[in-house]
Amino acid sequence: MAGKKQATGNGAKMIPIYIMGKKYEVPETLTILTAMEYAGYRHIRGCGCRGGICGACATVYRLSGEYGLKFGLACQTVVAPDMYLAQIPFVPANKAIYDIEKLTPDINSIGRVYPDLYRCLACNTCSKACPMGISVMDYVQALLKGDIAGCARLSHSCTMCGICALRCPAELQQFHMAMLARRLYGRYLQPRARHLEKRVKQIKEGKFDPMMDEIMSLNNHELKQRYARREWEPESYENPDWRPEETKYLVLD
Amino acid sequence: MLTKESKMVEGQAIGYPPELKKLIRAVEQTRPERLARIKANQHFPRLTREEGEKVLKSYHPDYRPGGRRRLKVGVNKGEILADEVADLLESYSRIDPDAFDNRLKKPDYETDVLILGGGGAGAVAALFARQNGLRVVIATKLRHGDSNTIMAEGGIQAADRPADSPYYHYLDTMGGGHFTNNPRLVKALTMDAPLIIQWLEGLGVMFDKDNAGNMIELKGGGICRRRMHSSADMIGAEIMRVQRDEIRNHPEEIQVLEFSPAVELLIDETKAVSGAVLYNLETREYSIVKAKAVIMATGGFGRLHIQGFPTTNHYGATGDGLALAYRAGVPLVNMRYAQYHPTGTVFPEQNFGLLITEKVRTLGAQFINARGREFAHPLEPRDIASSCIIRECAEKSGGVTAPTSHYGVWLDTPMIDLLRGKGTVEKELSAKYLQFKRYGIDISIEPIIVYPTLHYQNGGLEIDEWGATRISGLFAAGEVTGGIHGDNRLMGNSLLDIHVFGRRVGVKVSEFIKAGKKGNRLSLGHVRSYHDSLIKTGVKTKRVAPILLPDYVHRSAPVYPRKS
Repeated sequence: MAGKKQATGNGAKMIPIYIMGKKYEVPETLTILTAMEYAGYRHIRGCGCRGGICGACATVYRLSGEYGLKFGLACQTVVAPDMYLAQIPFVPANKAIYDIEKLTPDINSIGRVYPDLYRCLACNTCSKACPMGISVMDYVQALLKGDIAGCARLSHSCTMCGICALRCPAELQQFHMAMLARRLYGRYLQPRARHLEKRVKQIKEGKFDPMMDEIMSLNNHELKQRYARREWEPESYENPDWRPEETKYLVLD
Repeated sequence: MLTKESKMVEGQAIGYPPELKKLIRAVEQTRPERLARIKANQHFPRLTREEGEKVLKSYHPDYRPGGRRRLKVGVNKGEILADEVADLLESYSRIDPDAFDNRLKKPDYETDVLILGGGGAGAVAALFARQNGLRVVIATKLRHGDSNTIMAEGGIQAADRPADSPYYHYLDTMGGGHFTNNPRLVKALTMDAPLIIQWLEGLGVMFDKDNAGNMIELKGGGICRRRMHSSADMIGAEIMRVQRDEIRNHPEEIQVLEFSPAVELLIDETKAVSGAVLYNLETREYSIVKAKAVIMATGGFGRLHIQGFPTTNHYGATGDGLALAYRAGVPLVNMRYAQYHPTGTVFPEQNFGLLITEKVRTLGAQFINARGREFAHPLEPRDIASSCIIRECAEKSGGVTAPTSHYGVWLDTPMIDLLRGKGTVEKELSAKYLQFKRYGIDISIEPIIVYPTLHYQNGGLEIDEWGATRISGLFAAGEVTGGIHGDNRLMGNSLLDIHVFGRRVGVKVSEFIKAGKKGNRLSLGHVRSYHDSLIKTGVKTKRVAPILLPDYVHRSAPVYPRKS
C-alpha cells in the first residue's frame, strides 16, 4: 500500500489527527499506519506485515470527547477526526525458559513456569484491550481450571502484540502463557498423526527411493506426459472414499 | 479460530457501497446454479498445457517485454531482469569499504554461524545448527519473526496420506514450475516434507486435525492430491511464533540481534565468506560479526513492487540478500518471473494488495466476472490463474471497479458455507473473516473483489541440495534462493522449503565448520571490485543497496497496477 495517491482514493476528505500530540491533516480513509507515513514518518519499529497478523504495530489512542483509552493495530485501524495516538514500540515481558520435552500438559506446568497466572482478578481489562477480539480473560480462566485445550483454542489468533499484558492490573503476561498452552496442546493433547508417522518410517526405509529414481531419470517429454496424465483427487466433501486407479507410485499396506 | 465466546473487535463499518451491492446481485443470481453444478461434480474445465501457455504469454505481467532490461554487471551479466531487480543489483554499497579497514581487525561479535534474517528459514537453520553443537547469531532487520513466514495463510505441503506419495508431490512441483526447477532440489523438498511436519508436531504446532489425530488436508492450485496441512488460515503465524518461542528457550547458544540488518558480507583471504557488517537501524552504528560460516535467509523482494504491482509482502521484503550475495559472486537463477498471487484484495482500500489465501478457493470459492459468470477453474496454478483474471478485466470487460477506481473480479466466498456448512468461513478462515469484518464486510455472505498482487520471488540465489552456494562459507535458505520452484511456485511449497532447506543448511553448516577453515583476515575487497566493475561498465547511478526499508514517505505514488 505504497504512496499517497494510491492510498487516498478519489478525493478523500482531510481530517486532523494528533500523532504523539502533533497535529497533522490526513485523508480520512487511511489506516493509522499509512496516515503516519502520509504525515512523513518512516517506520522502523511499529510496522511489520501491514496485514494484521504480526503484532508489530500496536497503537493506543483516545478519541476526541471520549474518556476511554482504545487499542488497535495501526495497519488495521482507520483514522478518525481528532484521534490522539501513539504507537507502542515494544512491550516489556519476560518469556520463561523451558524444555517443552520435559513439561507435562497440565496446569502445574504452566503455573510453575508463569506463577503470575494465579494473580488474575477476572476484571476483563485484557479482553477489552485485545485488537484481535480474543477473550483473553476467558483463556486465562480456562488455564486456571486446567483446561489447556480450551486456552489453546481461544488464543489461537493471538498476534502476541502484548497489549493484554500492558493493561493487566494484576501484571500477568497472558500472551506468553497462551503460547505455552498452545505448544503443550499441539505436542501432547492433540493426538499424533499416525499416517504421518507411518509415512516417515516408509521414507526412512527407502520405500520411495525406486519411484523417485525412476521419475528423475525421465526426460522432459516423458515427465510432461506423466504430469498431464496424473489423476485428480476430488475434495473430501465430493467423494470421501476416493481411491486412485494408479497405485504403482503409492506405498499401500 | 474465532469461537462463539470471542467478541468482535470494534467495527469501522464501511461495507460495500450501494453501487457494488448492486453488482453483487449478479453473483448471487448465478450462485444456486453453480452450487448445483459442483454438487453434480461438474467443474469449470482446467486449461490444457497449451491453453495455459497461451494465456501466460498474452497476460502474465512478466511474459510481456516491458519493464525489464539487460543486466550490466556481475555473474548474471547480460541476463534480462525486471527493472526493479536490475536497479537493486546495479547499485553501490551503503558503506565505503576503505573506511572499515581498522574496524575489520576488531570484530564486535564472534560466533560459529551468522544467520542473516529472522524469519522461518533463519529460525529453522538456527535450531538445527544449535542441535549440531554450534553457537549462532541471528541478525534481523526488524523484530525476530517479522517476515513473510508469519504471513503465510493457507498451508504447508507434505505427501503423507496413503493415496499420495512424494512422487506426485514431485510431479506437481515440477509441472507448476514449468519444468524449469532443479530436480535435485525438488527431490529434497518432497522427500523431506513428512519429516518436517513430524518435527513441527513435536515442537507443539497446532495443526488442523480430526479427533483421531489425522491431519485435515486440502488441495491447492495445481496440486493433484489433498496435501495441504493447515492451522485455520494462519499456519505461518502459528509456526513462526512456536519457532521464535523455541529459539528463546536457548539464549546461551542462539543470540538474536534485532533491528540489525546486514549491509555487506565479509570475505577472508581464502575467498570464503567469514562474517558481515551489520547496521543498527536505531543507533545508526555499524558492527562487525566474524563467523565461521554465514547463512543467507533474508527472504524475498515483494516490497520492490516489481512491475509496479502492489504486494502481499512484509515491510522488510526488499531483496537485501540478493544484492549482498550477488556482489560476493553468487549467481541468481529463475529470476525471470515473479509470482503474482491471483487473489490480492482490491476493496476496502485499507486492505489493498493484501493476500486472500488460496485456501479460500480450496474450500470452494470461485472466480466470477461482473456478469456473474465463472471464468476459470478455481485451482489453476497461480501464474495461470492470475493471467486469467488479467485477461478477464483487460479483454473481456468482466472486471468490477471499486470506488477507488481499482478493478478486479469477484471471488465468491459465500460458496464455502453453502458447500461445507454454515460457520466454515468463520472457523477455517478466521483471520481473513476478521480482517474484512473490521470494515463491515461479512465474507461468509458477501464476495470479495480481487486482482493479482506481487507475492513471491520465485527465483534467487543458486544453491545445491544442502543449501550451499558456490562461494565457500556462504549458505542460503528460503525465499532468497532459487531453483526449487522453477518459474512458478505452488501453494504450500514455500512454507515447506524454508523448513527443508533451513534444516539441511543447519546440518550442513556444522559439517563445514567441523572440517575446519583456514582464513582469518576479514575483508571488503569484493565490494571494491564490484564498485570497479560498475564504473567500468558505465553504470552511472547514486543508488545504494540493500535499500533496507521501502520508501513510502514523500514519494509520488504509482497507480497499481502500472498501465502498460
